[in-house]
Amino acid sequence: MDAKEIIARRVAAELKDGDVVNLGIGLPTLVTNYLPEGITVTLHSENGFTGLGPVQGEPHPDLVNAGGKPAGIIPGGAMFDSLMSFALVRGGHVDVTVLGGLQVDQHGNLANWMVPGKMVPGMGGAMDLVAGAKKVIVAMEHTAKGAPKILKECNLPLTGKGVVSMIVTELAVFRLIEGKLVLEELAPGVDIATVKAGTDAEFIVHSELTTMKGL
Amino acid sequence: MDKLTTIQQVSASFHTGMTVMVGGFLAVGTPTALVNALLNSGVSELTLIGNDTAFPDSGVGVLVVNKRVKKAIVSHIGTNPETGRQMMAGEMQVDLVPQGTLAERIRAAGSGLGGVLTPTGVGTIVEEGKQKLTVDGKEYLLEKPLKADIALIKAKRADKAGNLIYSKSARNFNPVMALAADLVVAEVEELVEVGQLDPDEIMTPGILIDKIIVSGEAK
Repeated sequence: MDAKEIIARRVAAELKDGDVVNLGIGLPTLVTNYLPEGITVTLHSENGFTGLGPVQGEPHPDLVNAGGKPAGIIPGGAMFDSLMSFALVRGGHVDVTVLGGLQVDQHGNLANWMVPGKMVPGMGGAMDLVAGAKKVIVAMEHTAKGAPKILKECNLPLTGKGVVSMIVTELAVFRLIEGKLVLEELAPGVDIATVKAGTDAEFIVHSELTTMKGL
Repeated sequence: MDKLTTIQQVSASFHTGMTVMVGGFLAVGTPTALVNALLNSGVSELTLIGNDTAFPDSGVGVLVVNKRVKKAIVSHIGTNPETGRQMMAGEMQVDLVPQGTLAERIRAAGSGLGGVLTPTGVGTIVEEGKQKLTVDGKEYLLEKPLKADIALIKAKRADKAGNLIYSKSARNFNPVMALAADLVVAEVEELVEVGQLDPDEIMTPGILIDKIIVSGEAK
């Protein structure tokens, strides 16, 4: 199982039946491949619908996902405009948002929208999602070319301040509990020392540290 | 009042330095014939308000590539490298706005509000230069209304009174933009007589639409 599959499986195990979920572009979109049996979630697409699904038959030019790629809408889905779409996001009607991260820090700050002077794509809907969704899960590889991504303090421009609920990597699961970063789960074969070596942030080890769920 | 018009007549309303809102999300739901008319009219120094700057060869992206945009107020520029290049080179100003905030700022202008209070962007560079207010112990940014001289929007179907119905995810910013410009022009694929649309199914009331052009595009 590669890193991405581990992360996607663990995030999928976090979703509850009936959740309204927004998945960021890239790794987060893999999550739907691993939904546990009996769990049905409704996917929100920020460009204006619920019931995001795979393309059915011929792609329709007016039906795309938030990345502009052809998409489908499942029975029971609903189309709406950007105002409604972001009222859903900002009003707390989205249960879970799963996003990638460039950096996360021990205060629950997230940076994932720009690298000054290099990459300035814009925040799109990410700042709204982290401010408004009930649970914010950052799904990312633990390090970038060996450098830690879970830091004491983010040094890239923030997407949101103190917004992260949970971090899932191929090594571990952390949760932000009362403003503290807590290590809760380890991937099979991974020990605390390995996680520490790849993590710049200070964290607490949960008294009931377990093996990663959902694998 | 006859709202049906031609590209030539609409083009006469374009002028250099104007603020234009254009519907669409990554070119889906963008009124292509109107954008091309804007490009062909030769006007420049535009302030462009929209979700994104689309792609170099589609949507509003062509306005950027042809250097007609002085300032873009958008949530995302990542799919059009030329926007990033012009921004970095100081040739164009880009104001990046969170997508939900962008929609609400346009709604504010169109709904007679002095702005909206939102927690989106608190603690980020988005809050720079903005008033912060604390309401019941929670911090909010005051985000001000965004209005345009002209809104160019796209719908699937219209009647001659300007009532609009959109198609799938091509709706996006089009309905809210219809509220927030001095002149609102709708490009539609299909035009029907008044009375032929079910009032229960109309998504944008025709009183908001000043002019209609029929694109006849098979989309």
